Amino acid sequence: MNWEVIIKWLPRLAQGATLTLELVAIAVVAGLIIAIPLGIARSSRRWYVRALPFSYIFFFRGTPLLVQLFLVYYGLAQFDAVRASSLWPYLRDPFWCTVLTMTLHTAAYIAEILRGALQAIPQGEIEAARALGMSRTKALIYIMLPRAARIGLPAYSNEVILMLKASALASTVTLLELTGMARTIIARTYLPVEIFFAAGVFYLLISFVLVQAFKLLERWLRVDASQGR
Amino acid sequence: MAQATPALEIRNLHKRYGEQEILKGISLTARDGDVISILGSSGSGKSTLLRCINLLEHPHQGEILVAGEALKLKAQKNGDLIAADNRQINRLRSEIGFVFQNFNLWPHMSVLDNIIEAPRRVLGLSKAEAIEHAEALLNKVGIFERRHAYPAQLSGGQQQRAAIARTLAMKPKVILFDEPTSALDPEMVQEVLNVIRALADEGRTMLLVTHEMNFARQVSSEVVFLHQGLVEEQGSPQQVFENPTSARCKQFMSSHR
Repeated sequence: MNWEVIIKWLPRLAQGATLTLELVAIAVVAGLIIAIPLGIARSSRRWYVRALPFSYIFFFRGTPLLVQLFLVYYGLAQFDAVRASSLWPYLRDPFWCTVLTMTLHTAAYIAEILRGALQAIPQGEIEAARALGMSRTKALIYIMLPRAARIGLPAYSNEVILMLKASALASTVTLLELTGMARTIIARTYLPVEIFFAAGVFYLLISFVLVQAFKLLERWLRVDASQGR
Repeated sequence: MAQATPALEIRNLHKRYGEQEILKGISLTARDGDVISILGSSGSGKSTLLRCINLLEHPHQGEILVAGEALKLKAQKNGDLIAADNRQINRLRSEIGFVFQNFNLWPHMSVLDNIIEAPRRVLGLSKAEAIEHAEALLNKVGIFERRHAYPAQLSGGQQQRAAIARTLAMKPKVILFDEPTSALDPEMVQEVLNVIRALADEGRTMLLVTHEMNFARQVSSEVVFLHQGLVEEQGSPQQVFENPTSARCKQFMSSHR
């Protein structure tokens, strides 16, 4: 193991890690925002409200992220309307293409997590809210969503960590995030074992911090104490 | 003597589950201050009746009047009657307290937060007002010291008292108790019954589904015995407990002595 090479390239790897963090952070936060209405609609009793989020989730869960990324990055430019639109400066940029794809992709999974969490709320707790005079909407906002957040949080933290690793696919559309940076360095040094090892350590470190952060969040929200009776 | 408007009136209530008819036409009137106990063996439709009153279950036929105001109902395709006016049902529900067998406290909120949530969101009280009222109620049901605890940290009896305080926080005109002590360990039943007794003594209008015969006899102004979806016997506690006319009721009373 050539430690000197690893140490020499650490700053560049850290730079790649920063980009990885940016991609994941934007995707999981924006994905969560999109997933809230999707998940609520997905758990509706009416089939025509469920249909749209169902198709969305079916598509994004049923195709590989890599395929979606290529479709967005290579595919969108085929359309004149896209190239003419005011969003073109963003959509020609691999960073925004990746952010967009990852967001849409993770939103589908988070929506599904939210649906499961909403449906896991004991019926009696919802009845209690309605029996006190809360409308459907008020019960949803003040009782069900806070309750579902606690039920779904462990699954959401899992999804965030999956997205951290899925972000490696961004290297296929020229982004120099952690994996992309590692490959670039390897092209210069011809030392794949050392550099991929160092990149792996970075991924481990990031997921360690994420796991700890979610642990704190779960404690703060009292996830354990609020499960069941 | 002029009749005052009853606090709650139910006329000819029917409820089916599929082919099975659970309630076969029940009428009941609660005047202000009445404490009506509803007795009956399991499957007689007691809980269903109570749950139909605030539309937690949907009846198929019948009328429900709260303080003279008729609940507006409309029929669904499957025959269920649902609320025709969402604003009305939400308002009426806020005026009809409901205490569940399983408490149904929200486990992610402290006791105090459980109590202030609905007054703030439904009645529009400020947080300070809601807390002030909630603390008085917690004192009344005897769990003021436990106000910052979470439901899982309380005993069953304390949870049920918290749930009663949550219901009282809405200042309901009528309170429906659905077997409030059936999920409790025997040693906790009394503390909950004491709270309910205190409410009866205040002159609150209440409907109580229970298996606590002695308690029903002591606090009720009227007892209703349900059998197979019909009112089989109805009258003062003394009459229903000591001189039931129907054979079913006699049998039930003798087996629950």
